[in-house]
Amino acid sequence: MRNTRLAPYLLIAPSLLFLAVLFLVPLVQTVALAFQADGPGGAAWSTANFARMAGDLNFADAIINTFEIVVIVVPLQLCLALGMAMMLRHVQRGRDIVLWIWSIPLGISDLAAGLVWLAILTDQGYLNTVLNWLGVVKGPQSWLSYETPIALLAAIVVAEAWRATAIVLVILVAGVQLVPKEYGEAADVFGATPWQRFTKIMLPLLKPSIQTALILRTVLAFEMFAIVLSLGGRNFPVLVSEAFTWQYANQNFGVAAAYAVVVMVISLAATLVYLLALRTPPEQR
Amino acid sequence: MAEIVIDAVRKAFGPVVALESVSLRVADGEFLALLGPSGCGKTTLLRIIAGLETQTSGRVLIGGQDVSALPPRKRGLAMVFQNYAVFPHMTVAENVGFGLRMSGADKAHIARQVAQVAALLQIEPYLQRYPGQLSGGQRQRVAVARALAIEPAVLLMDEPLSNLDALLRLEMRAELKGVLQAAGTTTVYVTHDQTEAMGLADRIAVLHAGRIVQIDRPTDIYRNPATRFVGSFVGSPPMNFLTLPVANGHVELGSLRLASPTNAATVVMGVRGEDLEITAPGTGFPFAVRVVEPMGSHTLLTGSVTGQMIRVVAPSDSRPAPGDVLHVRPLQGHVSWMDAATGAALETKNR
Ligand SMILES: Nc1ncnc2c1ncn2[C@@H]1O[C@H](COP(=O)(O)OP(=O)(O)OP(=O)(O)O)[C@@H](O)[C@H]1O
Ligand SMILES: [Mg+2]
Repeated sequence: MRNTRLAPYLLIAPSLLFLAVLFLVPLVQTVALAFQADGPGGAAWSTANFARMAGDLNFADAIINTFEIVVIVVPLQLCLALGMAMMLRHVQRGRDIVLWIWSIPLGISDLAAGLVWLAILTDQGYLNTVLNWLGVVKGPQSWLSYETPIALLAAIVVAEAWRATAIVLVILVAGVQLVPKEYGEAADVFGATPWQRFTKIMLPLLKPSIQTALILRTVLAFEMFAIVLSLGGRNFPVLVSEAFTWQYANQNFGVAAAYAVVVMVISLAATLVYLLALRTPPEQR
Repeated sequence: MAEIVIDAVRKAFGPVVALESVSLRVADGEFLALLGPSGCGKTTLLRIIAGLETQTSGRVLIGGQDVSALPPRKRGLAMVFQNYAVFPHMTVAENVGFGLRMSGADKAHIARQVAQVAALLQIEPYLQRYPGQLSGGQRQRVAVARALAIEPAVLLMDEPLSNLDALLRLEMRAELKGVLQAAGTTTVYVTHDQTEAMGLADRIAVLHAGRIVQIDRPTDIYRNPATRFVGSFVGSPPMNFLTLPVANGHVELGSLRLASPTNAATVVMGVRGEDLEITAPGTGFPFAVRVVEPMGSHTLLTGSVTGQMIRVVAPSDSRPAPGDVLHVRPLQGHVSWMDAATGAALETKNR
């Protein structure tokens, strides 16, 4: 009796140990770094790094830009992936091939993805070539400068949606396969329109998968970096790119750590919100 | 008017033919039982009527309208699924009221309807629970309640009582029959339980390997099976079959000499266990008892006649011992004849 109760904990102990050494220790170090500053008598506890971070010109922009992207990209990806997963249900033959093609962007690193989209959107890029040929614009047109913030934001959103919608899709497709088709059929018999079947049956039953996908995507979106950097450079500061700048350009590890802490707190808060808001009580499973 | 006409419906799943040209007419307000062994195509036929499956060929008409191209929600029917399909994320009350909510009924009406069918199916104590918190039988009753709540013109039920205990099943059977009769609901009721079919249905359609082999009133199905299969599938114990040689248009069995409807070399005589009476030696045929099962209301005797096994339903006070040889004979007019090769019933003049 005692043994069987202990067994699960013993079994997960190695992974906990692994996390503690490789995750918790650096985490504590980062937090400590963020809350320490050089005083007259060596390093001391202080919030100076956070004050410096908050006082920086780019800080407000970084916060706004990061949230702007998350708030646009994550819902957009969820809607796209839901639509794709629903369409995929009706594909009989070649379903796996479609899914495979849709998940190709997953295999591309975000820096490479950023460079692909840069090649498309830069002044001499493919987009301008096509637009020129169509006669929509004359001469090179800049899309990614600070003078065109909307176009820049749109470019980042499109690139990010292209790159990372597939992960949401894969999670949702797995979830859809677990929903027995009888539920949809019963709803159909009892008069539900296709839209009602989607909102009243499919969405609630997919809630656990949606929760997983949203947590994963939101956390990753807050950490977005390479795509933004390759498309916007310093014209479009986000939280992680600021951390990068402070770490390597300014060589100020304390402020960089403060940014890291902010990103972590936001991610944890978002995860908590999803866990609570999209909870499925055990009796409804 | 909600008459169902199934016109030469055929259904193949790839190489598997589930239904071969089934034609059937269910009159308005009629209660039809679809009876057949596992895998004979009952669920498939029901799903085609509901529109959940598309027939390979043939037509389905409901109320005179060809609904073959209509989606399920436009066919104006309700269905009880074989695996219930009650929605796990809705309470029992929400499940039962689902159909009415979809049709935009007002809240008061829904509440009234839900309360009424919940009482009928004895699921009132569970209305606020989720299906995951119910037993299989309770879940099944929720599925029936959900179908009854919308007061459909056509009701399709796929083994709706299969998971209830014997007593509750008997009770629900009576309730269902009463309610559906009063409402004049056209009902197609799938079951492989022949007593259920006999008790409930106005007519029974016996399905075998994707074909309707007989469709008739319960007593006719029981008395005059169209094939050997129907005789052995309907009734408990199943009908007895004796393969006998024909000589000069007659068969001889013990001291009996019966006119054969065929001049083929052999013929199959079918007779039900309760249509065999124990008689004095010299007036019937000898029956060697092997097993004696006292059933309370009667005694079931299993034994052999000319080396072929038969069962005899004897009065409860008759208690022969295994090894005894009794003499039995069929009641007048209770013998069926079947072709020995095809198993199809043969016409007789005296029936
Ligand atoms: N989707 C399908 N694909 C292939 N074959 C199927 C499919 N559905 C049913 N079948 C086959 O069609 C035949 C009839 O199936 P059906 O479900 O109608 O049987 P049933 O009479 O309802 O049986 P039961 O009493 O066991 O429920 C079976 O042989 C089954 O294997
Ligand atoms: Mg079935």
